[in-house]
Amino acid sequence: MAWRVRFPRSLFWHGAGLVAAALIVSAAPAAEVIDVKIEQVTSPGGIEAWLVESHDNPLIAMRFAFRGGAAQDPHGKEGLAYFVSGMLDEGAGPLGSIAFQEREQALAMRMEFNASRDVMLGNLQTLAANQDEVFDLLRLALTEPRFDEDAVERVRAQILAGLKFDENDPAAVASRAWDRLAFHDHPYGRPIKGTKNSVAAISPDDLRDYTRRVFARDKLEIAVVGDIDAEQLGKLLDKVFGDLPAQSELAPVADASPPMGPSREVIEMDVPQSVAQFGHRGIARKDDDFMAAYMLNYIVGGGGFASRLMEEVREKRGLAYSVQSNLYPYQHGSVFVGNVATKNEAVGRSLQVIESELKRVAEQGPTAEELDAAKNYLTGAYALRFDSSANIANQLLWIQIEDLGIDYVTRRNELIEAVTLDDIKRVAKRLIEADRLITTIVGKPAPAKGREVRG
Amino acid sequence: MPRGFPARSSLFNLLPYGKIMWILDQLVYALDMRAGFVLASFGLASLAVAVAAEGAQAAPRVSEFTLKNGLHVLVIPDHRAPVVTQMVWYKIGAADEPPGSSGIAHFLEHLMFKGTDLIPNGEFSKTVARNGGEDNAFTNHDVTAYFQRVAKDRLPKVMEMEADRMANLRLSKEDVDTERKVILEERRTRVDNDPGSILQEQMMAALYTNHPYGIPIIGWDHEIRALDREDAFSFYRRFYAPNNAILVIAGDVEPEDVRKLAEDKFGKLPPKDGLNSRIRPEEPAHSTPVKVTLEDPRAGRTTVQRYYLAPSYASALPGEAEALDLLMRVAAAGSISKIYKKMVVEDQKAANAGGWYSDSGLDSGRLGFYAIAAKNVSAKDLEEAIDNVVEDLRQNGVTQEELDRARASYIAEFVYTSDSQSRMARHYGWRLATGMTVADVEAWPDRLKRVTVDDIRAAARKYLVDNNSVTGYLLPIPKKTSLDGQKRVNTTVKGRS
Repeated sequence: MAWRVRFPRSLFWHGAGLVAAALIVSAAPAAEVIDVKIEQVTSPGGIEAWLVESHDNPLIAMRFAFRGGAAQDPHGKEGLAYFVSGMLDEGAGPLGSIAFQEREQALAMRMEFNASRDVMLGNLQTLAANQDEVFDLLRLALTEPRFDEDAVERVRAQILAGLKFDENDPAAVASRAWDRLAFHDHPYGRPIKGTKNSVAAISPDDLRDYTRRVFARDKLEIAVVGDIDAEQLGKLLDKVFGDLPAQSELAPVADASPPMGPSREVIEMDVPQSVAQFGHRGIARKDDDFMAAYMLNYIVGGGGFASRLMEEVREKRGLAYSVQSNLYPYQHGSVFVGNVATKNEAVGRSLQVIESELKRVAEQGPTAEELDAAKNYLTGAYALRFDSSANIANQLLWIQIEDLGIDYVTRRNELIEAVTLDDIKRVAKRLIEADRLITTIVGKPAPAKGREVRG
Repeated sequence: MPRGFPARSSLFNLLPYGKIMWILDQLVYALDMRAGFVLASFGLASLAVAVAAEGAQAAPRVSEFTLKNGLHVLVIPDHRAPVVTQMVWYKIGAADEPPGSSGIAHFLEHLMFKGTDLIPNGEFSKTVARNGGEDNAFTNHDVTAYFQRVAKDRLPKVMEMEADRMANLRLSKEDVDTERKVILEERRTRVDNDPGSILQEQMMAALYTNHPYGIPIIGWDHEIRALDREDAFSFYRRFYAPNNAILVIAGDVEPEDVRKLAEDKFGKLPPKDGLNSRIRPEEPAHSTPVKVTLEDPRAGRTTVQRYYLAPSYASALPGEAEALDLLMRVAAAGSISKIYKKMVVEDQKAANAGGWYSDSGLDSGRLGFYAIAAKNVSAKDLEEAIDNVVEDLRQNGVTQEELDRARASYIAEFVYTSDSQSRMARHYGWRLATGMTVADVEAWPDRLKRVTVDDIRAAARKYLVDNNSVTGYLLPIPKKTSLDGQKRVNTTVKGRS
């Protein structure tokens, strides 16, 4: 089980799948083709899933998601979805927590749940030979979780211990403070893992209530890759998900007002290196400019050593080991956000360099060479996301979550190729406002002394 | 909102909520070093395995050959996607550094991305990216590895680049000076900002009093500051050579094509003399347990850890590493492990508890246990509870049922590993670079199958030895005290009460 909640990165990190067709890696002189066929499966009971049959290895990878993640946590019960994600293998049906987990081990299966902002993610891997028993265990976890009091208290204690460590982790503190500053009372402003008080307030009934409201067939997306055919899968889908309620009962989540600064919060912590998070509103996944913005982010701070921020902050000045930016298109509000860690004396300098680079790219846009390099990487590296069953399932799931259509994979690289220099320059102006960043700094940043001498 | 930040490698980043913390110690001591990529000194324990589990025919056919100049090449075909993973493993790591130059192996790893005659300064990773690929590298005590993932038609390009930087590195003084700052920032992120990492560094130094595994891979701060271009070049000139490297190619390739390509790209590089001795100072017999205490306002929760010296797969007598591996899976891996059931579920002394076996070192391995205190439980009580778990293992070992279940699941993990070409490349590369053969790797499940409960109890008695242990206390102290802003590390060498 993956116990740390991870944010879904934008679709492009999770990539995308392949539709009954071929993927062209356009960067290649000799175009590469991935021969993966997506089949849309509907079970006898009407549950839909995308399937890629692959009999090379005797395993099955399944990813699924219920829409309604941590954003469904009630006020005062922040951390509920995260808590649920930690409880689903702590006993279900006739099996107490230890019996359940011994069964998991005996079946050599992997089952984990992650609560993100907008979705509850499930991940299952099994040897094909054990599929019936494994899927039955998943059914139990989803439909009959026990939430026994001792198990609830155990997991609660672990969450609280985790929060205690997070309190002293500058990156965690910076991130939490940033969310609050950016989103205030909106569910996105509240911590996914909750707070000491909110976690203390969560009862077994709350956990039950969450699963009852969220685990329903109408908000379910499923992707399966591996050693199984459509007919077998259909039966298993009915078995696992068939007993869930047809309709979810999600609380409505309003769209967040787009977070913009300028604002800055410094949180003192006695560490030698300050961690800063910076950013502002991003761009919605459905926006026509999303792809250009995504490419822009690659050029600015998403592209590792190919990015401008890495070049300016690390490679030229040695100010940080890591600096990056990301574009996260959440369902009710998107953000463009980055982070950097620099010794206390120089964190002000790092932020200056970052701001001035953001300003420059907003005003002048990327160069033609940068755009070409971004296209080469993004189209060429797309195939790398299809190198294992689990990865392919992940791509297919995120295409469904972001509602991009089963043909998305064939279109995806074309969408990238279609972005022009004018497009990306226009979007740079639209997206980035360097003088309106929301910034949180955790550490003991030295007071600004004007420009530091480089060196 | 998004963490996005490269994880601090510390124990305590992983601890929070984790039941599965099998690899957490290794995460601290095996750092990536280049770009926020953390790779553990995983052993079989975390990487799973080679070769199919019973009833699951998944093993790809692995081919190997050696070029005339000594470059060992391994090919792991996987034709499911038209992509390739290339890894170059140098059989050199932080434990091979000259005394006083700690961190140079890792420093050099960073500098390998600078440039050559062929690749302009700072263009290595950018060139890979422009070819639609991803690259990175990592350094460990025993190995340094570089890798790329690319579409298969780009393999000649990245192979040419790896061959080129094996022999033709160019470095300016300015490059080295800037990179030193980056590495000091990396050290701050990984260690100095994190009490858990500081303590673990001290525990390793106490566990290895003479062997260089006691020196951090990233280097001691004051020695990093003194490393220069000449240190890097002299390490490079001495150790980077085809006859000190293993090339692993996994993915949509045929062995014969890889052979031709490798001969073309790497074949002309000359081998070097004087590489074969990796004789490090040996650890003396330890005559006393050691306790290391770190008091820090940033410590979060009271935590106790226990390390024991133990052999690794490379250094163990036949069968012993397999027995230790299974011992620790039953004893300490996950939430049905003995330590978790006893300390977290039954006695409720710990919010979390677990352990690991670091099995991949060339000269030595380690066993470890840890526990995070439940509310109002003292470090001393926690340590006593760990002692009881350890004593039970020594007395009673594990049951046949526990062994069978853990072993079945462990062996089956191979199928999951074999689903990923990059994991396969890493798994074989690591084992081969630390002295195993392909046959060893492939026979490993069979060797696991032969382990008995008696073997496990014998291994527990032989290696869970007080005198070979280091215990670490991480103690939060209130912020408003005279110690505010300080951290006190206190190492005592004395018998535990």
